[in-house]
Amino acid sequence: MKKFNKFVSAVLTSVMVASMVAGCADATSTGGGSAEGAGSDGAKVFKIGAIGPLTGGAAAYGNAVVNGAEIAVEEINAAGGINGYQIEYKKEDDECDAQKSVNAYNTLKDWGMQFLVGSTTSACSIAVSENTKADNMFQLTPSGSAVECVQYDNAFRVCFSDPSQGLASAQYIAEHKLATKIGIIYDSSDVYSTGVYQTFVDEAGRQGLEIVSSEAFTQDNNTDFTVQLQKAKDAGADLLFLPFYYKDASLVLTQASTMDYHPTIFGVDGLDGILTVENFDTSLAEGVMLLTPFAADATDDLTVNFVKKYQEKYGEVPNQFAADAYDAVYVIKAAIEKAGATPDQSVSDLCEALKGAMTQIEVAGLTSAKMTWDASGEPNKEPKAVVIKDGAYVSAD
Amino acid sequence: MSFLNYLISGLSLGSIYAIIALGYTMVYGIAKMLNFAHGDFIMVGCYIIFCISSRFSNNPLIGIVIAIVFCTILGVTTELVAYRPLRGAASPLAVLITAIGVSYFLENLALIIFGADTKSFTSVVSWEGLSLAGGKLKIQGVTLVTIIVGLLILIALETFIGKTKQGQAMLAVAEDKGAAALMGINVNRTIALTFAIGSSLAAVAGALLCSAYPALSPYTGAMPGIKAFVAAVLGGIGSIRGAVIGGLLLGIVEILSKTYISSQLSEAIVFGILIVVLLVRPTGILGKKIQEKV
Repeated sequence: MKKFNKFVSAVLTSVMVASMVAGCADATSTGGGSAEGAGSDGAKVFKIGAIGPLTGGAAAYGNAVVNGAEIAVEEINAAGGINGYQIEYKKEDDECDAQKSVNAYNTLKDWGMQFLVGSTTSACSIAVSENTKADNMFQLTPSGSAVECVQYDNAFRVCFSDPSQGLASAQYIAEHKLATKIGIIYDSSDVYSTGVYQTFVDEAGRQGLEIVSSEAFTQDNNTDFTVQLQKAKDAGADLLFLPFYYKDASLVLTQASTMDYHPTIFGVDGLDGILTVENFDTSLAEGVMLLTPFAADATDDLTVNFVKKYQEKYGEVPNQFAADAYDAVYVIKAAIEKAGATPDQSVSDLCEALKGAMTQIEVAGLTSAKMTWDASGEPNKEPKAVVIKDGAYVSAD
Repeated sequence: MSFLNYLISGLSLGSIYAIIALGYTMVYGIAKMLNFAHGDFIMVGCYIIFCISSRFSNNPLIGIVIAIVFCTILGVTTELVAYRPLRGAASPLAVLITAIGVSYFLENLALIIFGADTKSFTSVVSWEGLSLAGGKLKIQGVTLVTIIVGLLILIALETFIGKTKQGQAMLAVAEDKGAAALMGINVNRTIALTFAIGSSLAAVAGALLCSAYPALSPYTGAMPGIKAFVAAVLGGIGSIRGAVIGGLLLGIVEILSKTYISSQLSEAIVFGILIVVLLVRPTGILGKKIQEKV
């Protein structure tokens, strides 16, 4: 053990020395951080950074976020910027790893970032929020849905939190009278799934919805769902609530179909992606409803325009992550305008100004026609549901 | 009626465990080593079939045959490269750890080549299955095929080991490698043949696993592999019949405990049973008692 300690301290020492050297190098290259708000050509600009997994298993989410934000930045710059100042934008990859996300944050900070759009995923967002809190940097996560993502007063989010998805789902089902008897299957080994599940059950009770079966599975036991389905079927559930990710849901749908059990399927944003499963028979997902703030087929001008630009630039239909990030940039713009902030203010002063402005602004975006925030960082907006028709999302209303 | 439905679910799951367990028990019984990478051979087989059927041919049989050939080569190569050099190592743990290494190697290789995204597998069994009692009781085609294939493999393996010269050589190697070598048996070749058979079974098991539960990812084989290992131990590891009985039993226990006790606790119950069986009958249901001579 002693030997091990010696080894550890040797490693730590060398890491410290290395980081000091690296720190010096950074300091000289950016002029000791005094270049705040100065663009590459010397003019005053706002600097917005975005972080997300651009490679690896969650790359679809991260790329959507940085692409969505990029479109918003280009639009704003073309229209004359914020308060007359242009925006400079930079993205960094975190590979969906909390440690790498913090590294990405530090890279962006050295670059002179004043506002952070990120991180994309919950765990990364939480890790980065420790640093933004310490630096008092304004952080707006487009899609970090865990409760802790906005635990500090400098952090806000665009998407719904995990618990509020459960709440909104129950309210939506009750309001639209989709079912009276509800069966639930959830992943008891996943914090996202259990979080949604618990608030859904609580709210369902208040809304007078009857939950006739609620069965769990775990990530070690996610091949056979026949028992959970059979129980829901025997209990007469006419709606099945599936608050988990699309990988497992694709199996649930297949097995329900072989059992001749066809309830209404209702999911949350984790189900977004079910149509992208390679070789999946999308007819099985016909009629599946899911709560998501964004439907690419919506006909309002904002959505049509965004989808068109996104397709031209990146060759694919944007998902809700892209829409969240697009909105995030516009939210920052609205808050800066409200606060009357300028790029020569320090990061901390900008953060203080925006914190106050966030609770006063009202933004119309892709993910909601009206979004407001309170000091907790949570957005107030109407949930939207989409339904899958002929292998594509269509607005449910 | 619903009890029968659950029982059928159990049979369906159990038959998959049984067919995977056959590969485990075959290799263990002869080579006396646990090939923890067996579950990942299954995953490799699934990906081969998936690629063939989605890119080249719609005939599932072609995919299965190519997957069997590929998995056989993979198994023999793995044995040659990763296991054979360690067979003489002082501790039998060396091979076990290497097998875990091979398992992670294959999973990560698949992650690089195919990505983490789940792929939906098209069933190789197009038969709908039986519908009994006016449609209230449904047995899926793939379940029946799995059971039949499992029994065929059982008979084939027993005949092969009992009736052929190669099979007798395997028994001799299983008994005592040194003595077998003295009797003129090529031990290395016999063990390589064992791996070839075990890995080809993995390809068949993979085809059936993914037909019954059609979500394919680099980790598809991992958990069923471990469960099948439990099944093999339950039935008596090394015993071919034991693997089938253990597999079916495990599947039924898992489904029924999920149904009547708790869907969250089924895993604990399954592994709890393993502990109890090992306490009461350390050699499993059909395992042979081995008397250690001092």
